[in-house]
Amino acid sequence: MDGPFIGGREVTVVLDYRLDEEREALRKTVEQFAREVVAPRAAELDESGEFPYDLVAQMGGMGLFGLPFPEEYGGMGGDYFALCLAIEELARIDSSVAITLEAAVSLGAMPIYRYGTEEQKREWLPRLASGEALGAFGLTEPGGGSDVAGGMRTRAELRGGEWVINGTKSFITNAGTDITQLVTVTALTGELSSGEREISAIMVPVPRSGFSVAKKYSKVGWHASDTREITLTDCRVPEENLLGGRGRGYAQFLSTLDEGRIAIAALAVGLAQGCLDESIKYAKQRQAFGQPIADFQAIAFKIADMEVRTHTARLAYYRAAEKMLRGEPMKREAAIAKLYSSEIAVTNAREATQIHGGYGFMNEFPVARHWRDAKILEIGEGTSEVQRILIARELGL
Amino acid sequence: MNIVVCVKQVPDTWAERKLRSEDKTLDRESVDGVINELDEYAIEESLRIKEAHDGEVTVLTMGPEKAAESIRKALSMGADKAVHLVDDALHGSDVLQTSYAMAQVLRKIGFDVVILGSESTDARMGALAAMLAERLGVAQLSLANKVEIDGGTIRTQRVADYGFDRVEASLPAVVSVVEKINEPRYPSFKGIMAAKKKPVDKLGVADADIDAAKVGLTGAATEVVDFVAAPPREKGTIVKDEGDGGQKVAEFLASKKFI
Repeated sequence: MDGPFIGGREVTVVLDYRLDEEREALRKTVEQFAREVVAPRAAELDESGEFPYDLVAQMGGMGLFGLPFPEEYGGMGGDYFALCLAIEELARIDSSVAITLEAAVSLGAMPIYRYGTEEQKREWLPRLASGEALGAFGLTEPGGGSDVAGGMRTRAELRGGEWVINGTKSFITNAGTDITQLVTVTALTGELSSGEREISAIMVPVPRSGFSVAKKYSKVGWHASDTREITLTDCRVPEENLLGGRGRGYAQFLSTLDEGRIAIAALAVGLAQGCLDESIKYAKQRQAFGQPIADFQAIAFKIADMEVRTHTARLAYYRAAEKMLRGEPMKREAAIAKLYSSEIAVTNAREATQIHGGYGFMNEFPVARHWRDAKILEIGEGTSEVQRILIARELGL
Repeated sequence: MNIVVCVKQVPDTWAERKLRSEDKTLDRESVDGVINELDEYAIEESLRIKEAHDGEVTVLTMGPEKAAESIRKALSMGADKAVHLVDDALHGSDVLQTSYAMAQVLRKIGFDVVILGSESTDARMGALAAMLAERLGVAQLSLANKVEIDGGTIRTQRVADYGFDRVEASLPAVVSVVEKINEPRYPSFKGIMAAKKKPVDKLGVADADIDAAKVGLTGAATEVVDFVAAPPREKGTIVKDEGDGGQKVAEFLASKKFI
């Protein structure tokens, strides 16, 4: 095999962070879609908070919801990294659309693909992969958050071959759209012999008697993404709707989150890049004191720093994704990517707003939307504090 | 049905486009190349015809090596195979020569219907479809915003200032399309992956029986004599409404032939 030579020795492994031809073509396609189709709608969707069914349908037609799944389940035969690239390009323009895709695939469909039986996969994945139906994952509860297990109150009891579920879930993305067909919830299903609480995941096809969603939350950002509180009141589903092993719900959820962190990092990088794009454009065109503001070092340096942060964050998530694709442990890399990219997304959004001056405070400007959309990235899918705990633990602390 | 869609790679319309000072031809190297926008509608229409009538869609591109990117994209949208006419001898060909070279290829590969965008965003001659039809001795159906094929008959709607004409012809035929005809699809990842394996036939002028003396910059019938950079956009006119604002707006629109 012909490989590069270093110090007279042939090496077969080199660092190569270029995208291959297919992934680059996918990235460009989504970039074009976001620019041509999503961008003209973003301000209006942000203002109305309406769920963009038509955009979701178009994204479904492009196969974005099926990116990481094999063709036999209606997927595109790609991988999780391809999904991350799509999320990044969407978030460069609009975070609401990006999080709708992220949650639908990595929280709604991925657990079914990972832990479902063959029958469950055949029943659900084709619909979810086409984007015709959306899935949601109900984990967080009003008293939960970072203390997911300790705060869990939702219970499921097996009665006469059915799970009877009671409880409340908070902040669940995609839970209440007209095309939501599946909500997987975690619930206490008993006590383990060790005395620990047994947490299982159960698939709840919706709409369904005993399952209700509250009206949309009034959020600071992510306006066009569907986020709801869910209430389960004696909600009954067949016993075989258990997803994965009984009592495996928590462990399964934790591994879902490791992947999900990479996707959220991609989303954050997209937002950071969007802030950069807008700032470059604005700084070249906005005149002050007889010259474009880009000619002032105070502005140019801000923008240079935005580029450094975005570039670094992108490398961090590429690295985590690379380890994931090779099947290697990537908990630390995923946490680093998620922590860093979400924090720099907030920084870039703040700086972009500053560069735009008064206009940056006007809702119709993309940077104002990015600024409102950024903050949640430091909270969702594990807070910055939780990421630091994970990284510290990985370092043996 | 043997459908050939002609696809041209043009400089990205978002980028700054330039002519090369050395030979006054378009600089295709320093900017990103994209599929000519109207050709995307032609690709979409060819795929819809294929989906409705079966058959095969062949992409035909004349252009430098770099144009392979655009061929790949057309294949990822769903075309079946491609012919890439690529030869240094073709550099600088004008529309007369281009139509000659492409007609030679079309004769060689055969077709029931040839579809292309009604003009390209770089040269904007808008004459290729007519010239191809003339050279090939087949009907030309230009500026179509609707295409229907029924057996050996093709019917189109040709857009005009006053509405549209209904045009009918026998196949084979050449059709040029306008942007109102459809909404081009975005390629899916599956399509992108599949495109890699689809055949692309690379032809030089000799392979396509093209007389090298009849193509290229030196033999072109037209010549770019000189060029200057576009002047910066002038300031717009501001009209204060002094009771006659409505009339001024109407006068402006009338002067631009909008009303």
